[in-house]
Amino acid sequence: MSALLRLDGLTVALPPGADRPHALEGVTLELHPHEVLCVVGESGSGKSMAASAIMRLLPPGVGIEAGRVVFDGQDLTEADDATMRAIRGAGIAMIFQEPMTALNPLRSIGDQIGEMFRIHTALPGSEIEARVLTLLEEVRIPDPRLAARAYPHQLSGGQRQRAMIAMALALDPKVLIADEPTTALDVTTQAQILALIRDLQHRRGTAVLFITHDFGVVAEIADRVAVMQHGRVVEQGPAVQVLEAPQHPYSQALLAAVPPLGAPPPRPIAEEPILVMEGLRKTYRTGGFLGRGARVTQALRGVSLVLPKGATLGIVGESGSGKSTLARCIVRLIQPDGGAVHLAGIDLLGLKRRAMRQATKRIQMVFQDPFGSLNPRRRVGELVAQGPMVHGMPRRVAMARARELFALVGLDPAATDRFPHEFSGGQRQRIGLARALALEPDVLVADEPVSALDVSVQAQVLRLLAELRARLGLSIVFITHDLRVAAQVCDLVAVMKDGEVVEQGPIGRVFTAPAHPYTQALIASVPGAPAARPGALL
Amino acid sequence: MRVLALAGRRLAASLPTLLIILIGLFLLLQLAPGDTVDALMAQMGGGSAEIAADLRAFYGLDLSVPAQLGNYLWRLVRLDLGFSAIYGKPVATVILERLPATLLLMTASLSFAFFFGLVLGVLAARRVNRWPDTLISTLGLVFYATPSFWFGLMAIVLFAVHLQWLPAGGFEEVEAGLTGFARMLDIASHLVLPTLTLGLIFLAIYLRIMRATMLEVLTLDFVRTARAKGLDETRVITRHVLRNALLPMVTLIGLQAGTMLGGSVVVESVFSLPGLGRLAYEAVVQRDLNTLLGIVFVSAVLVILVNFLVDLAYARLDPRIGAGR
Amino acid sequence: MRAIRAYLRGPAAMIGLVLLLAVIAMALSADWAYPRDPLSLAGRPLQWPGANPRFLLGTDNSGRDIAAQIFHGARISLLIGLVATGIAILIGIVVGALAGYHGGWVDDVLMRVTEAFQTLPNFLLLLVLVAVFGSDITTVTVAIGVVSWPAPARLTRAEFLSLRSREFVEACRTLGMGDMRIIFREILPNALPPIIVYASVVMAVAILLESALAFLRLSDPNVASWGNLIGLGRDVLRTQWYVSAIPGVAILATVLAVSLVGQGLNDALNPRLRGR
Repeated sequence: MSALLRLDGLTVALPPGADRPHALEGVTLELHPHEVLCVVGESGSGKSMAASAIMRLLPPGVGIEAGRVVFDGQDLTEADDATMRAIRGAGIAMIFQEPMTALNPLRSIGDQIGEMFRIHTALPGSEIEARVLTLLEEVRIPDPRLAARAYPHQLSGGQRQRAMIAMALALDPKVLIADEPTTALDVTTQAQILALIRDLQHRRGTAVLFITHDFGVVAEIADRVAVMQHGRVVEQGPAVQVLEAPQHPYSQALLAAVPPLGAPPPRPIAEEPILVMEGLRKTYRTGGFLGRGARVTQALRGVSLVLPKGATLGIVGESGSGKSTLARCIVRLIQPDGGAVHLAGIDLLGLKRRAMRQATKRIQMVFQDPFGSLNPRRRVGELVAQGPMVHGMPRRVAMARARELFALVGLDPAATDRFPHEFSGGQRQRIGLARALALEPDVLVADEPVSALDVSVQAQVLRLLAELRARLGLSIVFITHDLRVAAQVCDLVAVMKDGEVVEQGPIGRVFTAPAHPYTQALIASVPGAPAARPGALL
Repeated sequence: MRVLALAGRRLAASLPTLLIILIGLFLLLQLAPGDTVDALMAQMGGGSAEIAADLRAFYGLDLSVPAQLGNYLWRLVRLDLGFSAIYGKPVATVILERLPATLLLMTASLSFAFFFGLVLGVLAARRVNRWPDTLISTLGLVFYATPSFWFGLMAIVLFAVHLQWLPAGGFEEVEAGLTGFARMLDIASHLVLPTLTLGLIFLAIYLRIMRATMLEVLTLDFVRTARAKGLDETRVITRHVLRNALLPMVTLIGLQAGTMLGGSVVVESVFSLPGLGRLAYEAVVQRDLNTLLGIVFVSAVLVILVNFLVDLAYARLDPRIGAGR
Repeated sequence: MRAIRAYLRGPAAMIGLVLLLAVIAMALSADWAYPRDPLSLAGRPLQWPGANPRFLLGTDNSGRDIAAQIFHGARISLLIGLVATGIAILIGIVVGALAGYHGGWVDDVLMRVTEAFQTLPNFLLLLVLVAVFGSDITTVTVAIGVVSWPAPARLTRAEFLSLRSREFVEACRTLGMGDMRIIFREILPNALPPIIVYASVVMAVAILLESALAFLRLSDPNVASWGNLIGLGRDVLRTQWYVSAIPGVAILATVLAVSLVGQGLNDALNPRLRGR
């Protein structure tokens, strides 16, 4: 079978001063009709750059240095601008990671989809309108007429991505490039969008170049897989072969780092509780002047949970479930409207501000964003020493302690006088961990601590966390949207939806025999999970 | 309707702002040496202490400060701005006589600055870091740094004195007794230099903002989407970038309305235009505090009105407004 | 260090720096170059520049040396610009930081007051202040500072709004730090670069405001201000236009220098925009 799209030794040069000379080096790929080719790699592997290079939409300063991109018998690297414009949208269409920003906020959905026809065809307005509605129906948006008139902000994330897909498929392109199209979506929405892409691809015979970092998604959708590292394709082949018997050490490492969904054997858990949450409630009121047009969001509707001493309690849920609000209520970054939090018998919510500042010593937080959680203008040693210094430790002692903590979390103690930007994401998360541990807390609240990290780094940080838990006797509240991650570190798990805990219990029980329909749906949606494709990954 | 209700709500929200201004100014003027009666007495060439006391009682100046404030606010509600001792007329009348010239000047300058700022900003952004951009950006910087009154004076020297193309000042040739279209032309020719003078600095600001926003919007994801759809650069700009880039420009009109009114004080003085700004200047020189307070009140109301119109325009441009973002 | 090197790379920024240094040099050398009172009678009035080698830039309608007034005026302009900017930025930072960090009713109240100041045309407010408090140089400087703070306050507030929800600020709170320490030691250093850049805009406007006030003869008549001289020259504009023209060029150059330096700082401190 001849290739529809062929990348032939494609080399893309980065501007001088970048961290490496080439974004892509001799990338050779073939995309055949009727297939889904997944290009998978971690951040910086050049996978997105490949998509931009095919469309010739590279950022300024970045240029194709060598190689060819052959589409339909034509070398796109040499095509003139007019030819490229005719191919974009009509021959090769593209969908992006973040549908909110990828759509023009000031124009209606129908208008933006219709634009495809207006620029590439001479169809009359009424015909365009009809086709837009047909497309919206095809991507299964509820009430296509309403959706066509709506503006992007009026749709949900999943609906926006459906609209993007409708737009991309408007002119029946031969190739669809999907650049991490489900990364910004919740897991259940992701499952629906993946099913939709799969379905449309079957029916229309479109060839799909699917770019992702997630092996679960690969298992879900790929016919063939290409693994990229540092701008090179290190391995490619049929999906089953790459997923089950990877040849290249990098592919093997990547796959090994994907946590299995099954829980490890249960550890013995103490009876004695250390942290008790009782009926926590929080309501947000946004907008509205003098009570008009105000919107009320119930982020927490009476959440009661118990964390036994030395255990790890996972709190899982999709965005908007209230899990982050819960984490912030526990450490009183947010003042709940009602309920109680008892830390070893102390009622945290009843404490005055000064007393609460004292109590923070015993309960500390680790944050999600490795870039945003460290003050960029302070040296990392100082960041770690700050906590003890606030609580009265002399500076010299605190700095010495910071160096010890650096060693504890696996960083070079000599690095304490550097600034945060000199560290990688995983290293920064270790610094954040050291900062939280500096106060020797009893309880650690970790809010999505590994979500922003690449999968291989994720595994290392999770291992470190488990190790520290054992050595220091920590009790942990672990917030995550990723069930695989939860399965690795948690003893207990609570599933949250719309501000309520719908199910809780030992993780092994909840994940193997979920009782609540939502938990069942959540587990079934995990990409690459056994329910979806038996034997694919686990 | 939704848009109107929204802007109306914003208008209502500016009432407390207006109240803060009025109370603040009233208290400020309590600190001023001398009051209306002193000004009047000076006008009359002095008088006995009894007459002064009578006059103070007549104007309610013998009351306590809060009572005076209450009186003052109550008079404002009835649109009574008090009496100008200097002009011998109610302040409201004096201001109304002067308002048209200022409104005309402001509208003209704003249109000039907005239109050319937009065009030049787009041109500069499309040729970023090449010579048209360098030229436009440099011009913008120089315009921004030029004191408007000085530019006005130099324009008078060049266009009125040496070239004699345009009149050096005034609002119209009253002696010529022109009517209808001829009068309009006459007024227009008198307003050319003042408009350029007042508009210059705003032109500089608008072009700089327009250039910066254009460059910013061009990096956004939906522009990449538009290109991936196969749109050519011109359509990418006209259909996707321009409207998004207009939003900060429109906001800026509201923010700059006050500054522009302030600028008209100087420009009207340079070109002897019978407007609000020059009235303010005269009021300061003649210590006519009643009139000055009235002008400040009217200016604040004007700025609030401009912001109301800006809100309307913004809500029309941006569908996200009113959806609780 | 890196910021300085980045700054020195921009040609416009270098021109601005050179211009600014020239103006500063004029201000510093005024007493030495023209030791006499610049406002005293020096010679025959209205001599054109170059007509008399004693008066390089000629004399004004009262027979005072224009060059001397330009040199001494540089001092006044820079001084007023710096002090007024300092006042405006200080008020702006305090108001904006408190409003942005605390939110809620503190924000509401402070923003209403800021809005009130922004609704008043700043030059009109300046006129009112001068009318009430008189027009000696100190009053004028303070008044210019007082009418200029709302914009820096809004900018600071916006920076604080975006920074206060950042996780490093939350981390400081979970460590038990007090509010004042978080505001001034943790958030402010991160919010400062755009505010410093904006200070150049405030300074440019302050210099322009003072010159406009002086042009209208509402500023201190006893100091050698460029604006005063332009106002004076207005009486002989039709024939001896140079009296107004020369100090105008001085103002233009100074404001341009301040703006260029500000822009250079912006490019150096916000590397994201460099090369665009």
